[in-house]
Amino acid sequence: MSAGQPPIDSPQISRLTPVLGPGHTFRSVTDKISSIVLTRPISYGWFVGFAITFGFTAMMTIAIAWLFTKGVGIWGIDIPVGWGFAIVNFVWWIGIGHAGTLISAILYLLNQKWRTSINRFAEAMTLFAVACAGIFPLIHTGRPWMAFYLFPYPATMGLWPQFRSPLIWDVFAVSTYGTVSLIFWFVGLIPDLATLRDRATTKAKQIIYGMLAMGWRGSVRHWHRYQSAYLLLAGLATPLVVSVHTVVSFDFAIAIVPGWHTTIFPPYFVAGAIYSGFAMVLSIAIPLRKAYGLEDYITMRHLDNMAKVMLATGEIVAYGYFFEFFMSQYSGDKFDMYLFRMLFHGPYAHFYYALILCNVLLPQLLWSYKIRHNVPILFLMSLVINIGMWLERFVIVVISLTRDFTPSAWGRYQATFWDWATLLGTIGFFIMLVFLFVRVLPAISITEMRELVAETSEAAAD
Amino acid sequence: MEQRSHIYGVMAEFDTPEKLIHATERARAEGYRRMDAYTPFPVEGLSEAMGLKRNMVPLITLIGGLFGGLSAFFFQWWANVLSYPEDIGGRPLNSWPAFIPVTFELTVLGAALSCVFGMLALNHLPQPHHPVFNVKRFVHASADRFYLCVEARDPKFHLADTARFLQGLHARHVSEVPDD
Repeated sequence: MSAGQPPIDSPQISRLTPVLGPGHTFRSVTDKISSIVLTRPISYGWFVGFAITFGFTAMMTIAIAWLFTKGVGIWGIDIPVGWGFAIVNFVWWIGIGHAGTLISAILYLLNQKWRTSINRFAEAMTLFAVACAGIFPLIHTGRPWMAFYLFPYPATMGLWPQFRSPLIWDVFAVSTYGTVSLIFWFVGLIPDLATLRDRATTKAKQIIYGMLAMGWRGSVRHWHRYQSAYLLLAGLATPLVVSVHTVVSFDFAIAIVPGWHTTIFPPYFVAGAIYSGFAMVLSIAIPLRKAYGLEDYITMRHLDNMAKVMLATGEIVAYGYFFEFFMSQYSGDKFDMYLFRMLFHGPYAHFYYALILCNVLLPQLLWSYKIRHNVPILFLMSLVINIGMWLERFVIVVISLTRDFTPSAWGRYQATFWDWATLLGTIGFFIMLVFLFVRVLPAISITEMRELVAETSEAAAD
Repeated sequence: MEQRSHIYGVMAEFDTPEKLIHATERARAEGYRRMDAYTPFPVEGLSEAMGLKRNMVPLITLIGGLFGGLSAFFFQWWANVLSYPEDIGGRPLNSWPAFIPVTFELTVLGAALSCVFGMLALNHLPQPHHPVFNVKRFVHASADRFYLCVEARDPKFHLADTARFLQGLHARHVSEVPDD
């Protein structure tokens, strides 16, 4: 290519943009990534960030303690909206987790090399998001100390859960998802933990990382089985991640409430989950690469690809919105038709318009190459989409429940201070966990980076 | 023989994965079988050079998945049909499609857990200590060096000859691995 400016929007640019900066060796990637954990001193910025998010986590703890003292009456929930923020936040968080599994499992099966530098922290993000999600249904049960009733256990009363209920499916889907995400993440970490053990600067670090690495020594026989196991886990996690948000959507779609009882919910929930999840990955990746100088590892190509995935899933979500509307009118069902009048003209219409703006209109800017390569705008865009996806869940839950079949059952829903404190508290808790994670575990898979170095040096030799 | 019992093997260190694969192929051609290679990442072609064939992890995963799925289905059927039957609007007790989501989830859970724990068990992990860690330079095995260790239990093993043989394969460094 000549010295002239390459044509904008040419697909060549992205394909030629490397997934790893030039000049890296096995040693340089090992040094760089492990030094963030082992030798780099705690920076002022990290400390401030951690302190702020720790404050929010404390707020969450206080909100939950007050909830346990007074009961769910401190929230805005009432009849007809008995779920409120608890389910909105649950669905939002669990959806955010989905991008991590998508990146680590589906892109692995599709042999997408660019996933390598983002999969580790995306998987960590999945775990933290599932942890935040799991809080809400438990504290919403009213008697959270009885939460084990959700699981089938041999009770003296001889009772069993009702396995025909989507709420029980949810228990199994979410707990399986959390478990499989955790072991998938841990299996990926084992070789890196061995690296940290061997390079540990203090005895304590050596012992802790050594115990976690379980004596990994990189034997070819071990790698042989390890690679089979990793591939199988990726194959298992792929249908699992699709099933989880499908089951979450069944919580709504199996009910007969107008606006919920629709077959488009499962695919549209899964697409929405990936949409919000990629937005959250970008919201974390952009500050992370800046703060730790990881621009060589998380390159513009990664950001560009993630923006494209957001754009694609955003279009699927927009299609879902349109067909929800179309089917309600086409069906001639007066309750469904009335519900859509409420979306556009009801008391919560401003939420619906904000949702369309955040999830459908603004993301169309991502068609532009310039926008996708403008990092600050991309960061803002990812925040906008996160807010939009939260609004989507709010609209689904609140508008349908406040406008069902008989006007005598209609109502209003108003979140209280404690609702907001819990939501913002979990956001703080989530970011605090990310802060801790980047300090104690390698945020990028060192092992997979070495594989990438081996492949790029082979390609260069060819 | 007295000396042998304190030696686990002889270990050669290489700079690049290509040299390690080459050395492994040569050692196998030479007739060595009891040996192992240690690398900081899975090196393509090394398992073949070492003569490794299939492993048991996929079979264990399949069995775990089948066990998870079948036990989930029959447990739900037993709980909701035999142990605690509930007539809901006259619908059949064995409403099996409603049992599928939990069956699916537990299939995945059983398969994933048996996959990971099966892999670890076959690898004899966790293993607190292994003789290769006695070699000081082995810390680089988790960073940027590639090792081939011919073990003393190999019938062809001879301390001096094997060390000389490995030296001839462009090894950076050859060291004895003490076994204690």
